Amino acid sequence: MMEILANFFGAFLPEWMVTLLIILIKVVAIVLPLILLVAYATYAERKIIGFMQVRVGPNRVGFKGLLQPFADMFKLIFKEIVIPARSNRFLFLIAPLLAMGPAFAAWAVIPFSDGMVLADVNAGLLFLLALTSLGVYGVIIAGWASNSKYAQLSALRIGAQMVSYEIAMGFALVGVLMASGSLNLGDIVRAQSGSIFSWFVWPLFGLFLVYFISGVAETNRAPFDVAEGESEIVAGFHVEYSGMAFSIFFLAEYANMWLIAALTSLMFLGGWLSPFQGLTFLTDMPVLGRVFGDGIHWLLLKASFFMLLFFWFRATFPRYRYDQIMRLGWKILIPITLVWIFAEGLAIALGWKPWL
Amino acid sequence: MTFEQIIFYLFSAVLVAAAVGMVTVRSPVYAALCLILSFFTSAALWLLLEAEFLGLVLVLVYVGAVMVLFLFVIMMLDLNTDPLKEGLVKHAPVGFVVAAVIAVEMILVLQSAPFQIATPLNPAPANNTEALGAILYTDYVYPFEIAAVILVVAIIAAITLTLRRRPDSRKQDISQQVQVKRADRVRLVKMKAETKEQA
Repeated sequence: MMEILANFFGAFLPEWMVTLLIILIKVVAIVLPLILLVAYATYAERKIIGFMQVRVGPNRVGFKGLLQPFADMFKLIFKEIVIPARSNRFLFLIAPLLAMGPAFAAWAVIPFSDGMVLADVNAGLLFLLALTSLGVYGVIIAGWASNSKYAQLSALRIGAQMVSYEIAMGFALVGVLMASGSLNLGDIVRAQSGSIFSWFVWPLFGLFLVYFISGVAETNRAPFDVAEGESEIVAGFHVEYSGMAFSIFFLAEYANMWLIAALTSLMFLGGWLSPFQGLTFLTDMPVLGRVFGDGIHWLLLKASFFMLLFFWFRATFPRYRYDQIMRLGWKILIPITLVWIFAEGLAIALGWKPWL
Repeated sequence: MTFEQIIFYLFSAVLVAAAVGMVTVRSPVYAALCLILSFFTSAALWLLLEAEFLGLVLVLVYVGAVMVLFLFVIMMLDLNTDPLKEGLVKHAPVGFVVAAVIAVEMILVLQSAPFQIATPLNPAPANNTEALGAILYTDYVYPFEIAAVILVVAIIAAITLTLRRRPDSRKQDISQQVQVKRADRVRLVKMKAETKEQA
């Protein structure tokens, strides 16, 4: 389809503009569904937590409340953006964008299906680590620029938390990189093909747990949401934000959750690979074969499962105390990853590779 | 000018502007943000030179971790910047000497043999990360390990210098706390309902 478009635009535009236009079209094709996913993640969260707490959840706007995200969006758009007195106006307004930018830019290297990726870069994993580490700036700057002690305290909490859990996260990814022998996300998924038992989640189960727990901490979700601890610091770093400026933080948080969910599926659960891989009697069926075969729907399904876990955690666990968060990150998760990586290196050196 | 050249000059202009801004702006927070911007743009320039590993690691380590901690410290400072501006004339000579020493050192290093290779490695490695890893763990394994040991020593030294043991502080032992069983804290007591006469 992209060739048809390229030929169409190539008729009256210079070549570099065609390339730029094609890239822009691809970006829109990724970002628009992502925003829809984010909008319905908020709806799903309220419905699921409502179900767990024996409530109905939103059910007024549209059929079963399905239009609720749009109602919320319109409400937020028409609200006034209040800029606090003696805040730093420029930084105050740029902070939400700094939070959202990395959350969306990281999707450039995510392979949705075989070959279906915006930028098939070699160092994709490093790119992801670099971008996810940038997300913290939006929050820190927001906290400082608000000129509010609650926002400032929250910024300090989240800054220390994200820097700590990034280490465990990076080490977990080192294990994936050792098993796959590549930094390219497409190659990482392809290294897991074969059957459901060649997914990295089996040999790297500990790293999988560490990665997802750190992911929950990185996205600042319950039970690690001390940055928003409403009983202590009101609402944390976005206490002074209203209207669209607030909703952009919200958007960034949910986009980051989808990112962590998609990445966990890609690194450990075979991404777009079907769990029925290798069972030829299923994948060779005339119509159902496409459902049972590999494809983007499996990635979506796996990522949705991790999103469900995010909501489930929120409905289940009480919030961690701050020193407990730091202890979990530094004294439990990081040692686990170190030992696991050492054992994995030993296994590779001995030629014992169950994942091959 | 090709498209790549346009991007190169754009990023270079941003880099120079950010570096100048870093030393000239008044607010320390803005200075730190300018430094972050200059790290980021130099990482982009490295990406243009196809040194993707170095570029991304620069963002990951310096922008993602080191500068976050810098910002931390600066945000906690008292933002009265007047004392910072004092003594420019007094400190200027020292600053010039330091700058001159750094410049001389850089010129000497850049004129040494490893930097005189005008042509890229042949055959150019397709995967930068793999090539760097192969070199780091073969030819340069001792300098690499020694650098790692020095860093560990620095970490331990910094922690020991700042660690203050306070015997009077009432610290919580978290591992003890999380090992608590239900039986340690609550006791289920079976008793008959009280009647009016007893009360």
